[in-house]
Amino acid sequence: MQPPASPAASPGPGAPAGSELLRWQWREVQVPCLVAAWILVASLAKIVFHLSRKVTSVVPESCLLILLGLGLGGIVLAVAKKAEYQLEPNMFFLFLLPPIVLDSGYFMPSRLFFNNIGAILTYAVVGTLWNSFATGVALWGLHQAGLMDPGVEAGLMDFLLFGSLISAVDPVAVLAVFEEVHVNETLFIIVFGESLLNDAVTVVLYKVFNSFVELGPAHIHATDYVKGVVSFFLVSLGGTAVGLLFAFLLALITRFTKRVRIIEPLFVFLLAYVAYLAAEMVSLSSILAVTFCGICCKKYVEANISQKSRTTVKYTMKTLASSSETIIFMFLGISAVDTSKWAWDTTLVLGTLLFILLFRAVGVVLQTCVLNRFRLIPLDRIDQVVMSYGGLRGAVAFALVILLDGAKVKAKDYFVATTIVVVFFTVIVQGLTIKPLVTWLKVKRSDHHKPTLNEELHEHAFDHILAAVEDIVGHHGYHYWRDKWEQFDKKYLSQLLMRKSAYRLRDEIWDVYYKLNIRDAISFVDQGGHVLSAAKLSLPSMPSRTSMSESSVTNLLRESGSGACLDLQVIDTVRSRRDKEDAVMHHVLRGSLYKPRRRYKASYSRHFISPDKQERQDKEIFRQNMKRRLETFKSTKHNVCSSKSKARLKEKGRKKKGISLTSDSPNGKTQRNVPWQEAAPVLVMVSSDEEESNSSETEREDDEGIVFIARATDEVLQGKKTPSSLDVCPSPCIIPPSPTLAEKELPWKGDQADLAVYVSSETTKIVPVDMQKAWNQSISSLESIASPPGIETGPQHKRFACPVLEEQPQSASQAMPEQSSCFQFPSHVSKSSRSQSDSSPDGTEQQELQPLMAAEEPSRILPSMEPRWLIQFNRASQL
Amino acid sequence: MTSEAGACPLVGGASLCACARGLAHGGGAGAGWPFAEPPLLLTVSHSQITRLYSRFTSLDKGENGTLSREDFQRIPELAINPLGDRIINAFFPEGEDQVNFRGFMRTLAHFRPIEDNEKSKDQNGPEPLNSRSNKLHCKKYEPSYTIAFRLYDLDKDDKISRDELLQVLRMMVGVNISDEQLGSIADRTIQEADQDGDSAISFAEFVKVLEKVDVEQKMSIRFLH
Repeated sequence: MQPPASPAASPGPGAPAGSELLRWQWREVQVPCLVAAWILVASLAKIVFHLSRKVTSVVPESCLLILLGLGLGGIVLAVAKKAEYQLEPNMFFLFLLPPIVLDSGYFMPSRLFFNNIGAILTYAVVGTLWNSFATGVALWGLHQAGLMDPGVEAGLMDFLLFGSLISAVDPVAVLAVFEEVHVNETLFIIVFGESLLNDAVTVVLYKVFNSFVELGPAHIHATDYVKGVVSFFLVSLGGTAVGLLFAFLLALITRFTKRVRIIEPLFVFLLAYVAYLAAEMVSLSSILAVTFCGICCKKYVEANISQKSRTTVKYTMKTLASSSETIIFMFLGISAVDTSKWAWDTTLVLGTLLFILLFRAVGVVLQTCVLNRFRLIPLDRIDQVVMSYGGLRGAVAFALVILLDGAKVKAKDYFVATTIVVVFFTVIVQGLTIKPLVTWLKVKRSDHHKPTLNEELHEHAFDHILAAVEDIVGHHGYHYWRDKWEQFDKKYLSQLLMRKSAYRLRDEIWDVYYKLNIRDAISFVDQGGHVLSAAKLSLPSMPSRTSMSESSVTNLLRESGSGACLDLQVIDTVRSRRDKEDAVMHHVLRGSLYKPRRRYKASYSRHFISPDKQERQDKEIFRQNMKRRLETFKSTKHNVCSSKSKARLKEKGRKKKGISLTSDSPNGKTQRNVPWQEAAPVLVMVSSDEEESNSSETEREDDEGIVFIARATDEVLQGKKTPSSLDVCPSPCIIPPSPTLAEKELPWKGDQADLAVYVSSETTKIVPVDMQKAWNQSISSLESIASPPGIETGPQHKRFACPVLEEQPQSASQAMPEQSSCFQFPSHVSKSSRSQSDSSPDGTEQQELQPLMAAEEPSRILPSMEPRWLIQFNRASQL
Repeated sequence: MTSEAGACPLVGGASLCACARGLAHGGGAGAGWPFAEPPLLLTVSHSQITRLYSRFTSLDKGENGTLSREDFQRIPELAINPLGDRIINAFFPEGEDQVNFRGFMRTLAHFRPIEDNEKSKDQNGPEPLNSRSNKLHCKKYEPSYTIAFRLYDLDKDDKISRDELLQVLRMMVGVNISDEQLGSIADRTIQEADQDGDSAISFAEFVKVLEKVDVEQKMSIRFLH
């Protein structure tokens, strides 16, 4: 790792005379450059730490960062002969702290937080007060007893001041250490909530004692104490109020950002930051303000902003918080090197260490004693040990001690040294040992399991039950108020702060259901070939009865208004009709072929993110894979369900297939029906990108790509065909399959049709103008390559259209994975349709990769990608 | 006011406790209800009984020592509780429309917090991670489970069918969710829980599904203190 000595060793050269080509402008960029360099160094360091899993599993990252900071500080000191950098309190409070607090507030599990709010508040207020007074007085006692160095010039007030800043548990340190320990969530939320909420106490105590020190003990009146108490309430409640106010504003603003989606995330950060600054400005508790702003706005903001903005907010917040944390710890290390501010006193250091540990433990035990009388689930011994030991001190204390006025507080240097030692001790020693301790004590760990619909549902029911029981016994307890709040929220707040569309669609149970479905869909794809056989299928959220899982996805698709019909009945009823089969063919192709890759014209808009081409193609590939899975699924299940009725047909079909390719047409019909009906759920028409996008998202941002719209000859064909396929679609949202022109011209309909005919108006339309020439060329060369997938050559094709069709699944399953690059759908389906178990994972994986690889495969004859896709289309349909 | 109910607050807490225990052992299960009622150790103090009794009498507008459904429905908050009716039903033994103080207490006893001694006994197990599931296995009949299950299972056939689930869902979710959506939620819920493939949730499956949830905690109220 490069030491960032660069800033230190880069003095600007003297101003050159005359005009020059290039000018050294270090001065102009110095500050941002330094900031960037530091962040870069810290981030690189993180990468290095995580190279070794062994190290990071034992040593918390915060420790490593502090040590790194020490090293870097040492280097800077050695090079520059003086310590140049340290953690500036201003920078810390204005820039580094807010992201961390916002992140923790915004992603705070609010239910858990409010469930334990009593305990959290007790520990935060009473605990912190007790800690600071006890520590301060005890240190003063040590001083009075003459155990300290006489250089420590401090009175009671100075020690109380020091106690107030050293006793607050630090959110940054707690978060950094506890996130790696994974204790159970109740324990975590209590320690962490305390560290956030004690800010008000710390701020008030610090300010009050600071003013007392400045006034001098002689000038303090009784009213000053009263003022101190009043200011506590003012600071804490005021900070909370500011947070709530801004949360309200933020939610309200995001309600109206429908047309400016791109700046939605900005509002979240901006308003939260303004809340922080506003609270700071009037010297209220800024941490409380941001915390509550985050907690309270989340529900409404998340409902209002788009999915993309949600992701953006999440990742930006995490990135900011993480980098802030990194910088804080690194700078803590760097600052410690600066020995000019140190004044060591062993008694003070050891005494402080002893007292903060001791009083923390005593305080926790005493408070827990009281709290357990009111808690449903009492905190046991082990919890108390972890809570005592987890009281880490951190950068807040350090920044506060740096802020002390050296002129007023004579012992500042001693305090700085002590604070640094305390912070280092808690972060490094306690941080290192808390993990083994937790393991040793067998503290209940958090078990991360995905929420299930049942849990969500029943927990909702429990809430209602408990609220009702409290009503019945006339006890206005927690559930009573919770219920009241929810009603209030539903009646007024949500209506006011949420978009109409979001409000209408909002329901927690539905949300969970929706998320589960999405996750299942993704896991379908992720699991690759392993899902394919129904017997082996396992979904994480669905431990049992997995063979039915697709029905929920089906329902989802139906709900979201897409034109999907995965209904098995539909397939059953369209059997044995030749025309239907053509339609089947067409729609299978339409559904399975990828859209032509369009060349995007370079468009740039600052205000709108045009959906990325790559993203959309990925989506499409995802959708295709997904659909194929479902189809396979369905077919396997279908086989299971209707095996009795189908078995005969299937057997027959298979037998016939073996006999001859040129069998007569009645036989051909029966045979033909079998593979296709089992293999292909016919009317799969997933419209655009609905499948994985948010169904509740009514305002869709994506514009449509090229869509294979099959239309044009509806009337003609409807006259010819029986409308059975239309009738069998039970739900109105299913778009009946509309045959295309190409369908009408399918090769087995006319025997002398040549290839040019297959190029329907639709398909030509798709070819971009600049591709027309290449397209035409490829058409002419098409004749020669039209045959590969089958065994026959072109002319035979036409002659034996029907047999070829029935042959196709077979040939496809064997020949196509090797030969054809993109039309592998039938092989896949037919394979699995023939038997549920012999679909080998290897084969399917290969198939899965193919659509992606196909794009890169060098096309031998065809000049560009677009025509090739179309040719594939035609070639397939020719079969 | 019946003499029995009237006597309740007058006798000492200890005897009431015994009386409640006897009740819980004896007549808990209605006809056809397949589960043995758990032994409800109602270690309730005198003051708690008094408080609950005064609440009972204040609800008892007819002043006849029993509560009717109307008495319950008069509680304003309960009227807007989506599951209010179901919970009221839980207070009434099958086929009856009156509940006396004993029955009142018996139902409420389901929601008592786990006693400390029970708790510590359970947590003596060496593995805190598994304590939850251990507990589930040794204490088969969680009172909280039964009452929640009974809430769904209207026809008391030891199964939550799709229709029963749908009814509860309809009560709980907003009007904006369509019937189809509800149906798919119900299907999904049943699929998730169903292990024996009967398209319904049995009590065992119900308990299994909730084993990760701290039901005791979520179904207890600290009103009995």
